[in-house]
Amino acid sequence: MKAFKDAGHLFRLASVFLVGGVLFLALRGFLVPRSFGQYGHYRGNAIKETAALPISYAGHQVCESCHADILEVKSKGVHKRVACEACHGPLAKHADDPASIQPAKLDTAVLCVRCHEANLAKPKSFPQVVSAEHSGGAPCDTCHQPHSPAIVAVAGASQ
Amino acid sequence: MQIPVEGFMYPNEVELQWSVLIVLYPFLTGLVAGAFILASLERVFMVKAVKPTYRLALLTALAFLIVAPLPLQLHLGHPERSFEMYLTPHRSSAMAMFGFVYLWYLLAVLVVEIWLDYRRDIVVMSQGTTGWKRLVYRVLTLGSTNISEHALHIDERVGWLVTVIGIPSAFLLHGYVGFIFGSVKANPWWSSPLMPVVFLFSAMVSGIAIVMLLYMLMCRVRREPIDMDCVDTVAKYLFYTFIIDFSLEMLDLIHRIYEADESFRSLDFMVHTRLFLSQVVIQILLGTVLPILLIGLTQVVKLAATQRKRIYVAAGCLTMIGIFAMRWNVVIGGQLFSKSFLGYTTYKMGFATREGLLTAVVLTVLPFVILGVLVKLLPPWPEKKSALSSVAAAAYGAD
Amino acid sequence: MNMTRRQLLILLPAAAVAWKSILAGTPEASPNYTMTEHWWGMLVDITKCIGCGSCVRACQMENQVTDGYFRTWVERYHVSDYDIENPKVDSPDGGKNGFPPAAVSDGKNFFVPKMCNHCADSPCTQVCPVGATFVSPDGVVLVDQKYCLGCRYCVQACPYGCRFVDPKKETAQKCTLCYHRITKGLTTACCENCPTGARQLADLKNPNDPIHEFLRTHAVQVLKPYLATRSKLFYNGLDGSVR
Repeated sequence: MKAFKDAGHLFRLASVFLVGGVLFLALRGFLVPRSFGQYGHYRGNAIKETAALPISYAGHQVCESCHADILEVKSKGVHKRVACEACHGPLAKHADDPASIQPAKLDTAVLCVRCHEANLAKPKSFPQVVSAEHSGGAPCDTCHQPHSPAIVAVAGASQ
Repeated sequence: MQIPVEGFMYPNEVELQWSVLIVLYPFLTGLVAGAFILASLERVFMVKAVKPTYRLALLTALAFLIVAPLPLQLHLGHPERSFEMYLTPHRSSAMAMFGFVYLWYLLAVLVVEIWLDYRRDIVVMSQGTTGWKRLVYRVLTLGSTNISEHALHIDERVGWLVTVIGIPSAFLLHGYVGFIFGSVKANPWWSSPLMPVVFLFSAMVSGIAIVMLLYMLMCRVRREPIDMDCVDTVAKYLFYTFIIDFSLEMLDLIHRIYEADESFRSLDFMVHTRLFLSQVVIQILLGTVLPILLIGLTQVVKLAATQRKRIYVAAGCLTMIGIFAMRWNVVIGGQLFSKSFLGYTTYKMGFATREGLLTAVVLTVLPFVILGVLVKLLPPWPEKKSALSSVAAAAYGAD
Repeated sequence: MNMTRRQLLILLPAAAVAWKSILAGTPEASPNYTMTEHWWGMLVDITKCIGCGSCVRACQMENQVTDGYFRTWVERYHVSDYDIENPKVDSPDGGKNGFPPAAVSDGKNFFVPKMCNHCADSPCTQVCPVGATFVSPDGVVLVDQKYCLGCRYCVQACPYGCRFVDPKKETAQKCTLCYHRITKGLTTACCENCPTGARQLADLKNPNDPIHEFLRTHAVQVLKPYLATRSKLFYNGLDGSVR
């Protein structure tokens, strides 16, 4: 009994810790997000939030559903697999509201060399030119039609 | 701000992720673990000569432990979310365990041990003081003024048990800090099973050194003679742990040089250039070899007390610098090279920024301020005969 | 564009329908997407990459990536045949605006697009102290922007340098494999805009995905295979010097 009495202060200390522990558990139950642990050790809603982010590039399928004429030209040329927005830029807003949001006109002198300027690291089979020598600074669409760039018509006329 | 890069870094690697504050963090926790282990020498391993440093070591550990999480907190992008570490700790993350190891060590070990050891003084002072101090002491008594011989005997036994639990806890506290770095397989500078062990021994070295320095400083401030037997013993333990620490670090180094894996050329280049001053000159030569030689001298040659004192102060200060440099080289060094092993970046420390030099200095000084308050509140030396003992006698009488 | 206003008006509803069907595919609202039916990865064909930077630009536009940080980037390797273990690599502004002509013409030159490997045993998610980054049930490594502390441990743990902390949001950022697109039946912004088809989104759980035929017939490699992260970013034509 005496030992119990003389250890009284230890029980006081223990109860301080106990109160702290219980308080922590109560707070924890209240603060952990609801969807935590739904699929694993993370907030399940984080997946939905990421999936709900806005889209900037509509995707070529959406473009093609309106611009069937361009698709037809393009599908016959070497650019058939180049997506519309790779050159024209992100146009989801235009797809949403085609009448009021119009894509900017492109400058082929800047655009084409992004891919076709000669560089040793490019695969040898890829068509590339040193633009300064090739066209002397003239915009590429002087001769090439970007949607189907092979110069078929001109070649035919000269023959 | 353009960061100078040599060779090739992955583009996201150019900026360092962990700043000087993360250097400070293992440095501070190291002092905690080291100081505690010194305290345990007296309590558990019965090295009675170091008794005068026992309480000081405990208070030093507490002061540094209170500050230890602050650099982490300041470094976080979202400090307000840090409590998530307690809500949803990720079991596979070494860092998640930090919160729990820290709390365990702070509350279950240090605070309890200090409280038990000081309980008699607290009760005595709660009756011998006035004003706000009296209030503080009264709260600290938790409403129990029982300091009968039997109660104190119980405290002694429980305190011993807490210290015994405390030793592995101190190992855990700092070993796991080493594990945080040692377990990053993406980073060959860090990834090593020796890392926790090296961290632990360097922690003991720095903790012993700081308590030795603080003890000598406090004696000087209080105009009391230094207990040379005590300081000699502390220095001896510093010497032995330092030799183990140095051997482990050299083992790690030699192992890396001999194995020379794919990362070696890159790391070797770094040590010879960007890290040469901080690693080779400051950490190894000035911060390790020189203090070992200095203390080694006192072990071999018989020197006068004044000379020994001077050597201990010099060696202690060099040790602190050396251990800080070691943390720097691990944390900063591990981020200076590219994980492609093809290039190197530069660490630009800000000054008055959130993670700048000023913050680091404030966080280094803060533990000493806290220690000052703790020493005022809970004097680690035996009370002066005159004033308190009469109150103590009164307290005994009242009980 | 040779299209009359009349034609445009006729075609508009078709576009609207196509677009709406994409938007309707949000996981909460649509039965079209079941996470457990997919296991995403990507195929990068180095032999097709021309280093144009379309993928880097597209990624930055699609995901509002802060300038100077990269969820995907392109590296140019120059490997001398006399020193194959020490390649010279550059990636000016992540290759966003292409590459200047090479300084030296000897040796071997090629481009390597990089991005998150969406590892199945990802070292980055392993170290997150709070569960703010994770591998989703469909195999995409994501970051919970509302839960991330910004401790940067994941950035340290990624062997490929794919993560960064956004200076404004102060949270970890990385490639989401355009999760907001792939869950709606679109491909990622980088794959959509790659002019040579060097990047292909792959659904490894879909037996009809061309990835299976490709993996069967090509010598495909992942980056740093010795780290055993079970990367799902497969490279065709990967040179041994690439790290």
